[in-house]
Amino acid sequence: MLDDFFSRALIAGVGVALVAGPLGCYIVWRRLAYFGDTLSHAALLGVALALLFQVNITLSVFSVSVFVSLALVLLQRRITLSADALLGLLAHSALAVGMVALSFMTWVRVDLMGFLFGDILAVTPFDIAVIWGGGLFVLLILVVFWQSLFAATVNLELAQAEGMKPEQANIIFMMLMAAVIAISMKIVGVLLITSMLIFPAAIARRFASGPEQMALIAALVGIIAVFGGLYGSLQWDTPAGPSIVVAASAFFILTVLPTASFQILKSARLDRPEAK
Amino acid sequence: MGNDSSSLITLNNAGLFRSGRWLVRGVSLSVEVGEILTLIGPNGSGKSTTAKMALGIVNPDEGSAHRRKELKVRYVPQRVSIDWTVPLKVRRLMSLTGRVSRNEADEAMSLTGTLHLADSEVRTLSGGEFQRVLLARAIAFKPELLVLDEPVQGVDYNGEIEMYELIRKIRDDLQCGVLLISHDLHIVMAATDRVVCLNGHVCCCGTPKTVANSQEYRDLFGDRAASGLAVYEHHHDHHHLPDGRVLSKDGSVDEDDNPSEGVSVKKFEHSVELNGVDSNVG
Repeated sequence: MLDDFFSRALIAGVGVALVAGPLGCYIVWRRLAYFGDTLSHAALLGVALALLFQVNITLSVFSVSVFVSLALVLLQRRITLSADALLGLLAHSALAVGMVALSFMTWVRVDLMGFLFGDILAVTPFDIAVIWGGGLFVLLILVVFWQSLFAATVNLELAQAEGMKPEQANIIFMMLMAAVIAISMKIVGVLLITSMLIFPAAIARRFASGPEQMALIAALVGIIAVFGGLYGSLQWDTPAGPSIVVAASAFFILTVLPTASFQILKSARLDRPEAK
Repeated sequence: MGNDSSSLITLNNAGLFRSGRWLVRGVSLSVEVGEILTLIGPNGSGKSTTAKMALGIVNPDEGSAHRRKELKVRYVPQRVSIDWTVPLKVRRLMSLTGRVSRNEADEAMSLTGTLHLADSEVRTLSGGEFQRVLLARAIAFKPELLVLDEPVQGVDYNGEIEMYELIRKIRDDLQCGVLLISHDLHIVMAATDRVVCLNGHVCCCGTPKTVANSQEYRDLFGDRAASGLAVYEHHHDHHHLPDGRVLSKDGSVDEDDNPSEGVSVKKFEHSVELNGVDSNVG
């Protein structure tokens, strides 16, 4: 029943979900939701540079992502602008430079759909090795630096005063983000990777009572979305990548609905004039 | 101003320059083992900045800051805002920057009267509760240096006195150095060994009495200082626990007076004796 390409897609998707869940929690906690978008815009520049200089796309995307991340860290320190404004600046600069660079290469045609949504059904065993090898390495680093990274997220000055080296933790976090974008972008696409970062963490927040728990739940939610989306795409013959995102957003709506309707009921009850 | 290696932290003529002006300049101070050093000064006088230079959060633009190697520091900032997107319970906060055992955490929380909040989400705490939770976190680690930036914010007057008593007790128990920032010398003086009065620079320092009697201090604080140094002594038939509950002399704890249940409401009497020590004498 399981076609071979299908199980490969599942394995790759689960690999991405496992690492994107915990990292996505930091994206949510640090209010960096736009960061994933910025890195994916930068990834286009990475693709353009890879084509221009005939180098490995994954390495090129990783380098450009690291460069943009470091630029963000430096700019945050020097310029009094909020993170979202800086991210906007960086994202559009990278995108524009990428498009300009591509225009010089008249022989190159970039498949924008492929770039946005990837092609998870075309995953090769080598891609799986990259996702799982890279993903497990990212998770290992995340576990090792968890305490200083979390302390820096909660309060930078406290972490600095108490010897947690928050600046170092922040740079490691940016590198991990760049690595995740690089190893998964080619396979699952930009839209999918940023969704896999934000959706599971947003859903997990509603159930978690502690940060570590939230990271685990987010990984689990991501896996559920991958299964739901891929089986849905098989069932209804829909594109695989977007189906996973649809599954994740359906999950999110389901978790929001009960409280939303509860709130409406509650306010309706309050509005009603009641005799004592 | 000791400069020897036994000091926990030393600032030497340190200054911080930001956005075209010196926030503080020429600050020299040191905190010794088992000593409570209080920084006082008006708003914007550079108290927090001085503490941040001492802690290594910012590096001084002139002069120098030294900390003893491998110094175990815990810091209670003036203001901490925790993003509500982070699910964080008080018990998890206890081990934010270093492991503390469950017993150590419980002990610290009961000292500060926050043990009943252990399983609460941090974002649901009131300002005063959060301040005490942060203090509990700091002392659970048994630091060698405790830096407290206005630890009595959001705490009422009686709570304030209890809090300073608690800080003194912590110092006695742990034999740690304490760098305390306060805007009110009158209340902290009983527990303080040395006072540094700041106003963009060190304007005077010494024992609390010396500082209170100095012309610089009186110039800075005006009428309040000139009216004399008040030593507050409390004579109560009861005692306020740090969490606001009332412990009466017979040892019973009052959770909540509820007259509707027919229980006679206990009358507690406060009699605060104000002994004005005229600073002009002598």
